[in-house]
This record gives sequence, structure tokens and C-alpha cells, in this order.
Amino acid sequence: MLDKPKRKNPVLRTRLPTLPPAARSRAALGLTAAAALGRFELQQCRDCGTVQYPPREACQQCLSIHLQWHPQSGDGELLSSTLLHHSNDLFFRERLPWRLGLVQLDCGPTVVAHLHGGVPPAPARVRVAARLDRAGQAVLVALPEKETSNMADDRQLREFTCDPKFRKVLVTDGKTAAGQAIVKALAQAGAEIIWVGYAEPWKKFSGFDALSKVSQVSLLPLDVTDSKNVRELAAEIGGKVDILINNAEHHRAFGIGNRPGVETARAEMDVNYFGLLRLAQEFGPAMRARGADGLASAAAWVNVLSIYALANFPPHGTFSASMAAAHSLAQCLRAEMRPAGVRVVNVFPGPLDDEWNQLLPPPKVAAAGLAGAIVGALRDGVEDVYPGDVAQEWLARWRDNPKALERELSS
Amino acid sequence: MSILDSLVRELSAGRIRVVDLTQTLSPEFPQISLPPEMGQAWPFRIEEVSRYDERGPAWYWNNFSCGEHTGTHFDAPIHWVSGRDLPNNATDSIPPERFIGPACVIDCSTQAAKDADFLLTKKHLLEWERRHGRIPARAWVLMRTGWSKRSIEPVEYQNYDETGQHTPGPDTDAVKFLVAERDLLGFGTESIGTDAGQAYHLRPPYPCHYYMHGAGRYGLQCLTNLDQLPPTGAVVVAAPLKIRNGSGSPLRALALMESGK
Repeated sequence: MLDKPKRKNPVLRTRLPTLPPAARSRAALGLTAAAALGRFELQQCRDCGTVQYPPREACQQCLSIHLQWHPQSGDGELLSSTLLHHSNDLFFRERLPWRLGLVQLDCGPTVVAHLHGGVPPAPARVRVAARLDRAGQAVLVALPEKETSNMADDRQLREFTCDPKFRKVLVTDGKTAAGQAIVKALAQAGAEIIWVGYAEPWKKFSGFDALSKVSQVSLLPLDVTDSKNVRELAAEIGGKVDILINNAEHHRAFGIGNRPGVETARAEMDVNYFGLLRLAQEFGPAMRARGADGLASAAAWVNVLSIYALANFPPHGTFSASMAAAHSLAQCLRAEMRPAGVRVVNVFPGPLDDEWNQLLPPPKVAAAGLAGAIVGALRDGVEDVYPGDVAQEWLARWRDNPKALERELSS
Repeated sequence: MSILDSLVRELSAGRIRVVDLTQTLSPEFPQISLPPEMGQAWPFRIEEVSRYDERGPAWYWNNFSCGEHTGTHFDAPIHWVSGRDLPNNATDSIPPERFIGPACVIDCSTQAAKDADFLLTKKHLLEWERRHGRIPARAWVLMRTGWSKRSIEPVEYQNYDETGQHTPGPDTDAVKFLVAERDLLGFGTESIGTDAGQAYHLRPPYPCHYYMHGAGRYGLQCLTNLDQLPPTGAVVVAAPLKIRNGSGSPLRALALMESGK
């Protein structure tokens, strides 16, 4: 089990972040695309059925180019393992010794995988999973066959995840039920400090007292529409934030025709899009500088978006547009944070069970469900999360045929 | 010597003091809040354009945004439905001489300190007149409550609880009396509205807005430093920005008073 890291000596140099090898062929990015969603997929030949790894342009068995990415069981047999004591790669050089193994997967291929510390010496049954590394690329990790206690604490595994345990987290909006559930889940996950923002401090919100009783919590006035407020808060705590969870949201249920004027849409853009931009400009630099700051380094930036970011839901049309804008900006942020090894996690929930979705029928995402999905994504090193049945179903329809989804949503 | 010559001479000699009745415009200053499904006034926000940097090497400037009813501000008659069809009812069409008038400062600070929902009545006004003389025509009647001192703590200034906002203001009869029998220019307060925080429950709702604007009178809100003014004798200059068909505007409200009074 991981010991609580010692307090940082504030006069020591903070080492610069390095990344594991990031180059991938376009074919190999298929593994990354699946891992970003927390899935383990390998190429399978449509003609002869062979499952292959590493990814290639053609089937290694029959040379067919009809290859498809399919979910695979990662179960397999550890054939051998080795403990690396030397590497010319800067990233691994700083993290030696490093344990690697050769695993024969039940679905066919033999793969080289990073070994979790709980994996016994070969021969042993293991579960192989695809995880994103600090460079944002998929790598294979072999985990013990059965869940062991404190598995997430493994030193090597933690390099691939953004576990909130012992980390300092900022949640930008504690006024909503969702924000409060996120704080609770982080506290349970062992976060060391949880700063919780709340806008318009003169309006006391329900749940304020319960929040202030959580021992890790510090409540701070934060309005993401106020650049000065964001800048000053970043100056105060930005150098210590390891995980930033931006759940500040403005949501009204209007399309174009049923709300005159642009004021509501502008308020949505100001919070959902410009709010993210302000936070990214003010908190981004310090987080990038701390991408390799020991066991509790800056690790992740979480944007709570909406499934409506993928395709416009006309009854909530202006909100959808603001979330599409935020999603696009989050992709920019991801590109800018990646050199520091800080992961940008985008969360696309289906409709939340809140005031502004009052008239939508269930299923709706409960606050605790959203919170669980966020903490789960941080622990599992996932990059894109779609919590709730609606989000999962829309995602499947969108991946299959985005144009068809547009038509379906507009009828 | 002309009257204006004497004015500037007395100003530069310090025998006429200028009191700033304006709160500083800042993002932290609380703005009026309506139920969340309604349209909202913008709070004050400011974004840097450049500060002697690559965005503009030798100059510093900002863009700011706010609503017409943000910070210390002026309410024009067109703001309320009762004043919508009056002539000269907007910030650009009000004759400019109507921005300047004598100030009658009604001190309610003791009552407001005891009761956040304090309502100024006609009886209070008559009592004030017994001590300070009749309220002259075309005067700014300013309700001094000490509320502006709470503005350093926005929670205290807004003073919300589960039944809404609790701030002092005038009652219906006081407003009708000032309009019909004293022909005032306008009514000013230190809190966010010219009406009391609970004025939604008065008849009609928000009587100060309803009757004042319905009779072509003005409102001043979020005033400060009223405790520096004498009950009578000061002159208030309260000119809003000349916004076409504007319902109000933030402004720099000033009072002139003779020193030693």
C-alpha cells in the first residue's frame, strides 16, 4: 500500500516532466482510441479471424487488409518477466527499476506488457488491459488475475493513472448536487485537499454546511465568468492543484426560436466555454510545470461536458452549442497539456437529474453516478467518459452514423 | 462675480465639498438577482485589452461589461411597465437639468440597523419635515440606512435567507405621498433596489418602482456616503450615461455641500 508522500520541500527544484515514447503509426492509434474509452481492443482479420498485435496495415496470417478493431478479453498467461535496470529513454531512466513481462493472450498474440507489482513470477495467469501512458498513447499493462487490495497504489500503475489518492483537487462548482457528490467521492478516494469553488457567495446554497464539514474541503468564492477572480485564485492555489475538475455549468432548456435574444446563450457560453478558457489560461501553466512533481504530481484536468457536445439536442440547443464549443477547446487544452503528461479527461454525461432537465424523462444521471464515473476515470486512466444510459446509447449511434443521429434528434 | 464664478471659487477654496455617492465598480460588487429562469442583469466584468505588452506596447486599457442596473445606478421611468409610455422617459431623452436637484436625506439608519425589513412610511416623512422643513419640489429624496457599509461583505449586503432578500425601503403610502404631494425628482437608496427586499409582497409589488416611474420620477440605487450629507442643503448631480432608449445606467453620483454644515 502506498504511503502518504512526504510533504514537499518547497526549496528543492521541481523536475521537468518527461514523456514515454509517443510516436505511433495511424494503425497503432486504434489501440489508443479504444484505451481512451477504457476498452481493450485488438485488430482482428475479417477474412481469417486472426487477432493480431502489434497493429499493422495487413493481416499477418493471410495479408488481408480487412482489419477491424474488436474488444478482446485481456486474459492470458505470463510467460516471463524481467526487471529493467537501465534505459536510455529519459522517462523510464527516471523511474527505474521497471518490471516488464511477456504475456501469451488467450485470444492469440503474445505481447510485451508493463507488469503490475501484484503479478507473481511466471508462469501466472494475468489480465492485460490497454492504458494511456503519460504521453497519451496506449500501452499494455498486465494486472493480477484477481483484484487485490490497494491495487491502484502500485508505483508503475500510478504512472498510467491519475488516482486522486493523496492528490490536491479543485472542484470549480460546489453549489450543485453533482459538485457536492464529486467532492464526496474525492474525499472517499483519499484526496488530500479539495478546494471547492462557489459563485455568488451571497446566496447560501443547500449542502453548504455538509460540504464545509468534510475535513479535506476548503470553500472558496469562484466565479468562472470573472477573469480577475480566476486569476487571483490561480495565484493563490494554482501551484498546488494536482487535479482540476471543471464542473461549472450554465444550462437553460432553450432552442433558437423559444427564447428571444442572445442573453441566455451568451451566459451559457460565458460559463461553459469562456469559463474553461479562463481556467485553462490561469491554472494551466502551473499544472504543466508540475507534471513530474513526485508521487502526487499534477495529473489531470477534468471537463464535465455533456453528450449534447457531440450532436445538438434542439430542445436544449444553445446549451448544446456551448458544450460543443467547450469540447473543441478541451481538445486544444489536451494538446497543450500533453507535453507535461497532464491528462485531460472529458466527461460526456447524459442528462443529469437536475433542475434544468426537469421535463426530460428518465433515465437521467444521478449526481453520485456522475461522481463515480469521474473518480473511476481518474483511477483507470481513461480519457473520454460517457456516464449514463443515454450517453452510452447516443455515443453508439453517433459512432455508427453521426448524420443519422442528427436526423433522429431533430424529429 | 457671476454665480458660477462663485461656485468654482468656493469649490477650489474647499468651502464647497464634493461627496462621492458612488460605489466602486468591481466584479465582486453584488448584482441584483432574479429567479434563475428569468433574464439577468450582467454583473460588472473587466477584461484587459493590453498592459504595456505584446498586445499594445505603450498603453494599458480594459474592456468592461455590465448591465444598465449594475453598481451605483440610475433608474429611468421606462425601466418599469408603469412608465413605458411616458414622454422623456429614457436615459437619452430625460432633460439634463433634471439630473441635478437639492437633496433631502432621511436618516433611517437606527431603524434599519434594528430591522432589515424596515419600511419608511409617510408618518416618518412628516416627522422629518417637522424637524427639517418641507421637502421642496424637484428634490432628490435619499433614504439613509447605513446599508452601504455592508457592501464590503456581499453576504451582508444582499442579506438573503430562505424567504429571499431583506433590505429596507419605502412603503406604498410614502411613495405616493412623495410623488403626489411633494413632486420629488427621484428616490435614492443605499441597497440594491429603491424598493425593499421584500417589496414583492407589498401592494402593488415594488411600489417605489411602480409609482415613481409611473409618474416620470427617477431612482438611484447602491448609493454610499449618505452619512456625510446634511439632512438638507446638499445638491446632488446624478447624470446617467446617454444610452439610446436606456432604462438606466451606472453613474458617478456626486453631492455638493457647504463645508461645516
